[in-house]
Amino acid sequence: MPQLLAEPTEAQIRDVIAPLQGLEGPLLPMLHALQEHWGYVPQAAAPVICAALNISRAEFHGVVSFYHDFREAPAGRHVLKICRAEACQAMGGTELAGVALDRLGVDWHGTTANGAVTVEPVYCLGLCACAPAAMIDGRVVGRLDAEGMTKLCAEAGA
Amino acid sequence: MKDFIIPTDDRDLGTPARDGAPVTLSIDGVEVTVPGGTSVMRAAALAGLTIPKLCATDNVEAFGSCRLCVVEIEGRRGTPASCTTPVAPGMVVQTQNDKLRKLRRGVMELYISDHPLDCLTCSANGDCELQDMAGAVGLRDVRYSTGANHYSAAGNGMLTPRDARATRTAPAGDLGNPNYIPKDESNPYFTYDPAKCIVCSRCVRACEEVQGTFALTIEGRGFDSRVSFGAKTDDALASDCVSCGACVQACPTATLQEKSVVELGTPTRSVITTCAYCGVGCSFKAELNGDQLVRMVPWKHGKANRGHSCVKGRFAYGYASHKDRILNPMIRDSIDQPWREVSWDEALGFAASRMRGLQEKYGRKSIGVITSSRCTNEETYLVQKLARAVFGNNNTDTCARVCHSPTGYGLGQTFGTSAGTQDFDSVEQSDVIMVIGANPHAGHPVFASRMKKRLRAGAKLIVIDPRRTETVEGPHYRAAHHLPLRPGTNVAVVTAMAHVIVTEGLMNESFIRERCDWDEFQHYAEFVGQPKNSPEATEMLTGVPAADLRAAARLYATGGNGAIYYGLGVTEHSQGSTTVMGIANLAMLTGNIGRQGVGVNPLRGQNNVQGACDMGSFPHELPGYRHVKGAEVRAVFESLWGVELDPEPGLRIPNMLDAAVSGNFKGLYCQGEDILQSDPDTKHVAAGLAAMECVIVHDLFLNETANYAHVFLPGSTFLEKDGTFTNAERRINRVRRVMAPRNGYEDWEITQLLARAMGANWGYTHPAQIMDEIAATTPSFAGVDYAMLEEKGSVQWPCNEKSPEGTPLMHVDGFVRGKGRFIVTEYVATDERSGPRYPLLLTTGRILSQYNVGAQTRRTANVVWHDQDVLEVHPHDAEQRGINEGDWVKLASRSGETTLRATITDKVSPGVVYTTFHHPTTQANVITTDFSDWATNCPEYKVTAVQVSPSNGPSEWQEDYAAQAALARRILPAAE
Repeated sequence: MPQLLAEPTEAQIRDVIAPLQGLEGPLLPMLHALQEHWGYVPQAAAPVICAALNISRAEFHGVVSFYHDFREAPAGRHVLKICRAEACQAMGGTELAGVALDRLGVDWHGTTANGAVTVEPVYCLGLCACAPAAMIDGRVVGRLDAEGMTKLCAEAGA
Repeated sequence: MKDFIIPTDDRDLGTPARDGAPVTLSIDGVEVTVPGGTSVMRAAALAGLTIPKLCATDNVEAFGSCRLCVVEIEGRRGTPASCTTPVAPGMVVQTQNDKLRKLRRGVMELYISDHPLDCLTCSANGDCELQDMAGAVGLRDVRYSTGANHYSAAGNGMLTPRDARATRTAPAGDLGNPNYIPKDESNPYFTYDPAKCIVCSRCVRACEEVQGTFALTIEGRGFDSRVSFGAKTDDALASDCVSCGACVQACPTATLQEKSVVELGTPTRSVITTCAYCGVGCSFKAELNGDQLVRMVPWKHGKANRGHSCVKGRFAYGYASHKDRILNPMIRDSIDQPWREVSWDEALGFAASRMRGLQEKYGRKSIGVITSSRCTNEETYLVQKLARAVFGNNNTDTCARVCHSPTGYGLGQTFGTSAGTQDFDSVEQSDVIMVIGANPHAGHPVFASRMKKRLRAGAKLIVIDPRRTETVEGPHYRAAHHLPLRPGTNVAVVTAMAHVIVTEGLMNESFIRERCDWDEFQHYAEFVGQPKNSPEATEMLTGVPAADLRAAARLYATGGNGAIYYGLGVTEHSQGSTTVMGIANLAMLTGNIGRQGVGVNPLRGQNNVQGACDMGSFPHELPGYRHVKGAEVRAVFESLWGVELDPEPGLRIPNMLDAAVSGNFKGLYCQGEDILQSDPDTKHVAAGLAAMECVIVHDLFLNETANYAHVFLPGSTFLEKDGTFTNAERRINRVRRVMAPRNGYEDWEITQLLARAMGANWGYTHPAQIMDEIAATTPSFAGVDYAMLEEKGSVQWPCNEKSPEGTPLMHVDGFVRGKGRFIVTEYVATDERSGPRYPLLLTTGRILSQYNVGAQTRRTANVVWHDQDVLEVHPHDAEQRGINEGDWVKLASRSGETTLRATITDKVSPGVVYTTFHHPTTQANVITTDFSDWATNCPEYKVTAVQVSPSNGPSEWQEDYAAQAALARRILPAAE
């Protein structure tokens, strides 16, 4: 799991993105690599990538902000994604989300004070048949109810 | 004569023009034939049928996002967007039917669901495409009135009180609309109101495609997407935005709106005219209410700018109504007295009798004129005529002396004409673009945008400049080669390039044999082939790595259409003329002359510097670059003017000043030029002016030169007069009177009044008559008259019997002088050298937001971008001297010293410092020396040996100057 580190240096960022420079359409792979490495896309990466790819900082911002999964700051130790799409809503997803947010004491995109869990909305996990669904650190969980959600949160350490 | 014209077809055709083979199709039963590749939308518009649209506009490529322009096409499924669907032969298109109407209403309803309906109080009222389209699609109802939206009058989550749907009040405890983003008013000229944005991306695309700055983006996605200037933390002013206004022009709503429109209301009439800033010569539509100028919009039929503009042309016109502007004539007996406002008669009588008196006392040749490159051709023509016909001497010179006089000489000698060879459209067909000693990004922004567009499409760029300017790299373009030469070594670099081309056999021999003098070529080839001219030998001198230079030369010679654009970094040197010839040699060597996409193009600094030169402003040349010693040329003017002309060339500006200091030159009529600030070695200029007994300054403002003047004649702005400007591509553009002159007279009238006061019998009643006289006397203008300019919009000289339509490209089948002439370009180092006392080299230049001496732009909101001149110092040099970012530093040369703030940057090489000359408090020209071009006396602004040291305030000279200026600017209150 990514740890809270000091803001990465330009040189470190350059090392991470350098192998991807030759790709066609290298920006997204670079953003993925950064997020992989640090758990988020560091602010300091913007000028480095803009210079490397000869793009403006507006373009960089446009791309990064388009993808909700690119983070500006490290997430908690676990990431809980709760489905907010139609099928899950029909099966009580909204109430379920309410349970989770109450339990964690944060709003969407928030991280619990102890750094254990970050909670995010997601629009369809492809588990409509098992709605309402959620995903914790890449593991999907279907047919959740309030009890299950509370358990999930507890497992994650919140 | 028409006072103004309303453009015939200014409709937005939706998508850009295409040039494929003709295709015929049927739209709503109308047969229409258009070039292949044209969109259905444009084809319909050309046929006079309007398809509703929001995200399409004809200066950016189609985007297909708004879905309002859907049509039905026989034999095709669904309802394709007409903007992204190209025409096909025999296509049958329907633009109106029930299905389409329903679709469009549905789309429109969704747009309106997130748009405040405060139309009556909105600044775009009457000029809003969203409003127009709501009408066009027949929107009558909006079913989504309570959904999420982005607007709020006070950020409190309620509908705005003016909103048509504001029927409910906010519930108690309403915390506000979290989606509301306040207006961004950081830019001085326009506002960005996210609440009104329909996210059509027109602004983003205009910034990218038209301007090439990429300062805008759409941030977020879905409902959250909004236009964003720069990154998250930027506002419009802090972003990369250069305030060209292309986004404002593209915006269909009030989201991006000129502050002037917000304040003054929607304009109701317009006049087509020409910008009075740089040599690009953009055509503008001045939009007004009555005689109140509301905004300037670049005119899309303008052939120099093709609908684009920069921050200066579009927004920086506020100087015309600035409080500093002088509107009444003033006189004084000596320069230590305060000014006295007098009537025109008294001022002109005073000036005329003084000038005549000086001639009686000191001789006919003791007075002269300086014409202005900011004024019209007609005005310039009259001023030189004043010198030649009324003063009876050839003492006329112009500010081209200090900028492009070497271009006139160098290109005249090699090709036979003193002008650039191409039109600006030509750059769209270049494969290799070489920019030498110019920074079009700052100096010629609209040309830079057109060039960058070509670079993004794949053309290669070579930049020869001591600084790593914005032209070297930017979003989506990067120079293949940047040769950061040491200031003053242009000739060595250009000659070394020729060496590579000749010794590696890259020249175009058939072109040279056919078009140039072969013997001269062989002589030249032998010279450049010498080992001393090789890149390896000159590397020590120029600082340019030999391998880079070789690669650049190869690229230019073999990369396809090679075009050279150059600026004052070439001309303002002791060997300025030699470099121009060297550049001409390169073009001839490689056959890059005489067709689209190639050529040698000086980027002229001022709106009419080309015209001022054409009009005979130089002391040795009558209009049309004909030497005064030619009796037959003089005869043309003598018979028309009824006077005898002096066959001896007159004094150049530096000669006038020298003669003034030595007591032989006593009176000067200086129109629209501030020689004290713009000319080199300010102290010498000041001494020269102070020694004169009658200095007449004809200007908008009490400029620095006026501190030494005895008569001040208030001038008119380009908005207040009729005439023509000639831009860098030799294009004669009409300047039209938009409003009455606030000072009472157009400038040509004032010159005429002065001439009459001195006894001449001039009786022009309109500039058209002056143009007729120019056409009658000057062969290259023979076919030009105002009626033709009205009809064609503009024309490029030569325009005469041989080329009645004008001449977009020069030297197509042969050089004007016959055979192209290769001239040997021996490098001679300037005498201005760095040494132990002055170890650094200073070079000077311009910045985007300010213009030359800044008399105009300093009096506009452009100062938010550049409120003082700063000195760029390399970190190495700064560290050695203990200079930090923002420190006051003293900049000293053997001529003088001044102080300004330093900025530390590696844009300049070690050993080189750089500043601009826009602010009189800095007076960068106190530093520059009196060295000049060997052929034309063009001053060596670009190389001065200097020392930089920490300082704690203005230099003694600056303080003295400020005190003197304050004294000299006093104006007595008018007598009751």
